[in-house]
Formats: sequence, structure tokens, C-alpha cells
Amino acid sequence: MKRILLVLILLCFACNTNDELKVYNYDGIAPLINKTDDKVHVVNFWATWCAPCVKELPYFEKINKVYKAKGVELLLVSLDFPRKYETKLKPFLKEKQLKSEVVCLNDVDQNRWIPAIDTTWSGAIPATMIYKGNKRKFYEKSFTYEELEKEVQQFLK
Amino acid sequence: MNFSNHEYKNANKFSVSKTLRIFTVLICFVCLTAFTTKTDAGSYKVGDVATDFSLINIDGKMVSLSDYKTAKGFVVIFTCNTCPYAVAYEDRIVDLDKKYASKGYPVIAIMPNDTDVKPGDNMQAMQARAKAKGFTFPYLMDDGQKIYPQYGATKTPHVYILEKTTKGNIVKYIGAIDDNYQDAAAVKTKYAENAIDALLAGKEIAQKTTRAIGCSIKVK
Repeated sequence: MKRILLVLILLCFACNTNDELKVYNYDGIAPLINKTDDKVHVVNFWATWCAPCVKELPYFEKINKVYKAKGVELLLVSLDFPRKYETKLKPFLKEKQLKSEVVCLNDVDQNRWIPAIDTTWSGAIPATMIYKGNKRKFYEKSFTYEELEKEVQQFLK
Repeated sequence: MNFSNHEYKNANKFSVSKTLRIFTVLICFVCLTAFTTKTDAGSYKVGDVATDFSLINIDGKMVSLSDYKTAKGFVVIFTCNTCPYAVAYEDRIVDLDKKYASKGYPVIAIMPNDTDVKPGDNMQAMQARAKAKGFTFPYLMDDGQKIYPQYGATKTPHVYILEKTTKGNIVKYIGAIDDNYQDAAAVKTKYAENAIDALLAGKEIAQKTTRAIGCSIKVK
């Protein structure tokens, strides 16, 4: 039984990577980054072409793995260029087999949505937002695993 | 006896780890505040006087804003070879210079990245890119990374439009070139051009700051 479950789970992940990308404009993504449940939400803005973003992705994956059961939900928001979805992003996702949810934000009106996401965000990536209910923190910086874990724990208290 | 000894040990361990934790938090706090202060102190806002500089150009010569005796102002753009957003704007930066250098607002491009971290932004690579794209403006290296923190640039591309006055070069606009990084043909608002047009006409700039996604400036 356990083995069948495992196979099913593996199949699911395999399906996921073959799935079409979930692409949103800002209005589409707003509900996903303003959830009102009592979970701690970690939202990371990244792109395959952003070296420091790719470097820190495993830390977000590890947070997902370690803290999922403790009520932490990860969302990886890709800012890859739409023309690179097929050639760069999809092969990357297939290779890395990310377990966290990945969505794409494709909205050229950046002057509207960057300050809407956070007034302090100048627009550089990597950038990360952690929130739970009304408590919200924005980080326009790279993380080590330890730094990220420390911030997540602050929200779990 | 054994029990109390155990208790004592545990208590001792607790206090040591607690002290360590407090110490770590303190160190983190000091680092963070030091970093924040440093960044904030140098970030220009609209209305501030921008510093001049002497930076090396791709032709080996040093370039300063004060070299431009007849300029009315400058379009200072922090940009680089390796950032896809910067690359997407290369042709539009060339167009800006072609359109506005003769009107008194030349483009001055500055590459702010550490070239050990991003070898694709080193001097040879900058020279090659400038040649390939036909840059009509200086493409300077922020050697030692002293200038971009003073401006408060956080990413590439990041635009600062300055107006030359008797008090110095005043920051008039900070932000993006336009509102569509993906498609130059689909641009609705040309923020940078509108700002320069307003300055040339002696009018108030409608949008003095805008935001756009870019690549963080690379440091060691």
C-alpha cells in the first residue's frame, strides 16, 4: 500500500512538471499573495536568469520540506520573460523538480504592481515576502538558509 | 543527587545557549543596522544634488559629468551586459542618447557590478557589447563600486535624470525608462523621455519616480 502511494505521489510530481505553467497578471496573482488563512506564507520572486535567485532556491525548498507540516506555505513567483518559458523555465523546472508551488507573473506594468506588492521594493530580485494575516515583511535581498529559517520562525511564534 | 546534577547541567546548558542566542541576535541587529544606514545614507531622492565622478570609459579615458560643458543635464543609467532586463533596454538606451544628447541631455551609462562575480560585465565584455550595439555614449565602469551606492541604485537598469544648475546636478527623475520591458513597440508611457521633455520645456515632471524589475547589483 505504502509503495503504491509512493508511486502515485511520484507520478503526481511527474505530471506537475509536464503541466502548463500557471501564468498570471498582477490582478490574477494578488489573491495568491494576500491569503487570509492562518498559515505563514513565504513568497519568493525569482527568475532562472537571476543567479542569486537560483542559488537560494534550495533554501526555500528546504523550508517547504521542513515547515510545511507546521503551517508554512511556499510560493515561488517566476519573473522569467514569457518568450523564455518554453526554452528556459520549463526545462529548469523539470530538471530541479521543485516541490514548492511555482507560478509565473507576467505583467509589464511594473510601476503599478511593484509598489502594490510592497512600497519599499525598488524592483531588484531576489526579493521575498513573508506574511501571516496582517503581519507582513518584505526582503529585497538574498538569503542563507539560516537567515531565512530565522525569519520564518519569527512568524511561527 | 544524580537528578539534581542533571538538572543543574541542563540549566547551565540553557543559560549558555540563551546567552549565545542573544549574542547572535545582537550581532545580526548591529550588522543589519550598519547595512541599512549605509544604504539609506547614499540613496538620492528627487531634489538632491548628485555627485560627480571620474570613472573609466571603455576607451580607457576617464569621464566626469564636469567634462560636459554645454550639457543641460544628464541621463545617468546604471546598466550592464548580463542582466536580461538591461539587455532588453539596450536599443532603447541608444535611442535615448541619439534623441537627447543633441538637445543637451546625453546618456552616461555606468556598469556597477563586481566583475569577479559577473565576469560577463568585465571591461573587454563591456567594450565588445558597446561595439556590437553601437553605443553612442560613454559606458563607464564603477571601479571599486563607490558611485552606485551614493546614487542609491539597487538594480540594472536604473535611471537617474539630472539637471545641471548653479547648485550642481540636481536629481529630477529616478526609475524606469518606460512601462514595457518586453516590447518597445507596445510601450504606453515613456517615463524617461517625458521627464526630459518636461525639463527642456521648463515644466514640472509629471512622474518623478517609477519602479521596474531589474537585477540586483552584484557585490562580493
